[in-house]
Amino acid sequence: MRPLDALAKVCADVRPGEPAEGVLGVEPALVAAPKNLAEAADVMRVAAEKGLAVVPRGAETRLDWGAPPERCDLLIDTHRLDRLVEHTAGDLVAKAEAGLPMERLGQRLAERGQRLALDVPLPGSTVGGTIATGAAGPLRTLYGTPRALVIGLTIVRADGQVARSGGKVVKNVAGYDLGRLFCGSYGTLGLIVEATFRLHPIPAASAYVTCAVRGPEDAHDAVQTVFHSPVAPSAVEYTSPGTVTVLLEGVPDGVSARAGQTAGLLDENAEITETAPEGWGRYPDGTTLIDISAPPPSLRALLTMLGPDIAATWSGSGHGHVGLPPEMAPDEVADLLGRLRGVLARHHGHAVVRYAPEEVRGVIDLWGPVPALTLMRRVKDQFDPGHRLSPGRFAGGI
Amino acid sequence: MESMLTALGPRLEALLGDGRVITDPVRLRTYECDGLTTHRSTPGIVVLPDTAEQIAAIVRECAAAGVPYVARGSGTGLSGGALPRADGVLIVTSRMRRILEIDVPGQRAVVEPGVINLDVTRAVRPYGYYFAPDPSSQQICSVGGNVAENSGGAHCLKYGFTAHHVLACEVVTPDGELVELPADGPGYDLLGVFVGAEGTLGITTKITVRLTRVPQTVQTLLAAFDSIEAGGTAVSAIIGAGVVPAAIEMMDALAIEAAEAAVHCAYPPGAGSVLIVELDGPDAEVAAQFTEVERLCRDAGAFEIRIAADDAERALIWKGRKSAFAAVGRISPAYLVQDGVIPRTVLPDVLASIDALSAESGVRVANVFHAGDGNLHPLVLFDDAEPGAEERAEAVSGAILDLCIQHGGSITGEHGVGVDKSRYMPRMFTDTDLDTMQMVRCGFDPAGLCNPGKVFPTPRLCGEVPGKRKGPHPYEGKADIF
Repeated sequence: MRPLDALAKVCADVRPGEPAEGVLGVEPALVAAPKNLAEAADVMRVAAEKGLAVVPRGAETRLDWGAPPERCDLLIDTHRLDRLVEHTAGDLVAKAEAGLPMERLGQRLAERGQRLALDVPLPGSTVGGTIATGAAGPLRTLYGTPRALVIGLTIVRADGQVARSGGKVVKNVAGYDLGRLFCGSYGTLGLIVEATFRLHPIPAASAYVTCAVRGPEDAHDAVQTVFHSPVAPSAVEYTSPGTVTVLLEGVPDGVSARAGQTAGLLDENAEITETAPEGWGRYPDGTTLIDISAPPPSLRALLTMLGPDIAATWSGSGHGHVGLPPEMAPDEVADLLGRLRGVLARHHGHAVVRYAPEEVRGVIDLWGPVPALTLMRRVKDQFDPGHRLSPGRFAGGI
Repeated sequence: MESMLTALGPRLEALLGDGRVITDPVRLRTYECDGLTTHRSTPGIVVLPDTAEQIAAIVRECAAAGVPYVARGSGTGLSGGALPRADGVLIVTSRMRRILEIDVPGQRAVVEPGVINLDVTRAVRPYGYYFAPDPSSQQICSVGGNVAENSGGAHCLKYGFTAHHVLACEVVTPDGELVELPADGPGYDLLGVFVGAEGTLGITTKITVRLTRVPQTVQTLLAAFDSIEAGGTAVSAIIGAGVVPAAIEMMDALAIEAAEAAVHCAYPPGAGSVLIVELDGPDAEVAAQFTEVERLCRDAGAFEIRIAADDAERALIWKGRKSAFAAVGRISPAYLVQDGVIPRTVLPDVLASIDALSAESGVRVANVFHAGDGNLHPLVLFDDAEPGAEERAEAVSGAILDLCIQHGGSITGEHGVGVDKSRYMPRMFTDTDLDTMQMVRCGFDPAGLCNPGKVFPTPRLCGEVPGKRKGPHPYEGKADIF
């Protein structure tokens, strides 16, 4: 039986792929959109039987991240998997399907005064894509990334078997935490179908304290001053060319007092607003996006190296993004990336290119040096012995 | 196997030098159990390395000889995770106690695995920082052990577990290689799965921990209620109001009685339950939320509320709670400590079921729990002089775990699975779930020599077709598994 027919027996929505659906130019032969966990498992089982290379797709907001797949026989579209399965407000826990857009999840949780404390840098992005890329924004300073908030995960393995880890209680150390392993795994270990999250109450009040900084030294000092003060920020963001914004959350009186203190620490001309400044939590503009992680004090060296003209953001916790413009030639990008990695290496930091034009990808290493790559390959071989799950998309050619 | 071990002894001595290899049977007995004393096994050899390179060399020797090995920090674990193997090597990290680096601007410190949890906080406190994970054993437990067990503590309700406070680990892999596992590096988050893997994926030799800013204010109150239900109502009301306290702890009448007998904590007489609520953070936040918590406790029927005016009074409030486990020894000759988790909202149902279990079986159960996150620590009391009493207590303790599973909870919130609870894993997870977790293990440790027999009831044969097991068990005839 042809793969299309075999898939059509187990999933109502199966069709040939179209050129416009290419994953970084690799056109999928087939597209399947399972409507529930059982269908997703069946689709994965048929894909295994037919030896199909599978790439998951959510809302396509990050489909251009990473490297192109070596093959894409089957694109699994998660848009029908969009239910909020459970929201137990009293337990501060919610379970959602992978295709549910993050903003819709946010709206549903907000109806009961709660939130998943993750920013949504790219509008429309889904729960599954957020986990698969480990994406987070400014709130990571206080709440961490998906790895800190996913408490349970349901996946379909390469062989079509359904597996769960974690559960629906926050405090739980039974068994390996596959949720953390799957965060940022780019669809190379299995298909994420459902995730259970730890939630937080929506704070009664928020304030953003924004001030101008002049140069790397000033930016570093501002971030450090806030960090080592008792104002307990939820986020501290540097945005090029020279702005530091501090987010404070809590009860109205507390936030107002802390905002005043923060302004006092930073700059008497600092602006205090209730709403986020323009561009808050968005990736810097450009056609190449570099994701950086390094200890907070490396901000100074980083900004010195980048200079004033490169678009960059930096979360105080030690995580940033650099955006490079389309007119920058591939060899210039490669040169800058090399120097960036040189600076970061001295700070135990890393720089990973999320997306870049094809001609740039051709002359750079997206991932940089990958520690423990041998172990990663061995884990991959266990989960996907046939190398059919998003092959070649990930670090080390995984 | 024994001859392999015998041959290994001199090789390890050559590696480590005098006094770092223990083979004397009497001295070996010192290491026969960890904090879970009901499981004992005298290790074949104990080694006391000083460096990561030595641990790597030890692991390579064990791998070459096919000898299993177990890492041990301070040996305070409560699930037998560091239970040694009679046919194996126990690698004790207690000599590796250096704090290598304190980086205040970077809000991190680098420590060796044998460093005591509280010593990290002591070292960084002068800079206004602390290490947030605070298991009850923090005065003696090691950071390496915290990493293995993903330790929590009373304050993890707000601050999370060890996994959230470890930025990187240097690890000796079961191949005997030293690798760095960062939290935020390119590629898979291997650190994320390593933390909490109970020492089955390798041995950590250097840990970069996140330091947390000491909060401006800490406020603590003790509220006494007529019943456990009233206390539970207060917990739900506090969480429902959007307050995230640093800790919410609860004790029932029997636990209060024990604490009173042991440390004279003078909790309000006649209380059916007491609640300890601690808030921390900026002054203005804490002040506003504390007033609300106080009101919610009164609304739920608190007949007495005490507010700690200073650190000494706070310590007094905590004294009863912190002594509760040991204190139970005052009211019972022996007891089992259970560690289960339930969704917070089913707390009243589960406590009623535990009551019923206790009434049916005649086995007394004292309840102490981290109520904010639904982590129960029932203390199941028995008289070890009475024939069959321990078995009855075991049965009640197991039935409590079943209650946790039925209500969508977990068989362990912080003590780990170890040897103690691996038999319960199939009640919480399917065979496929467990098989999938063990794919990670097969990636790290295909030979299954690194702390074998822990966490999983049945080891997966690495490299086989999933779901099909053929031939004898890999450990058959070599050692007892369970």
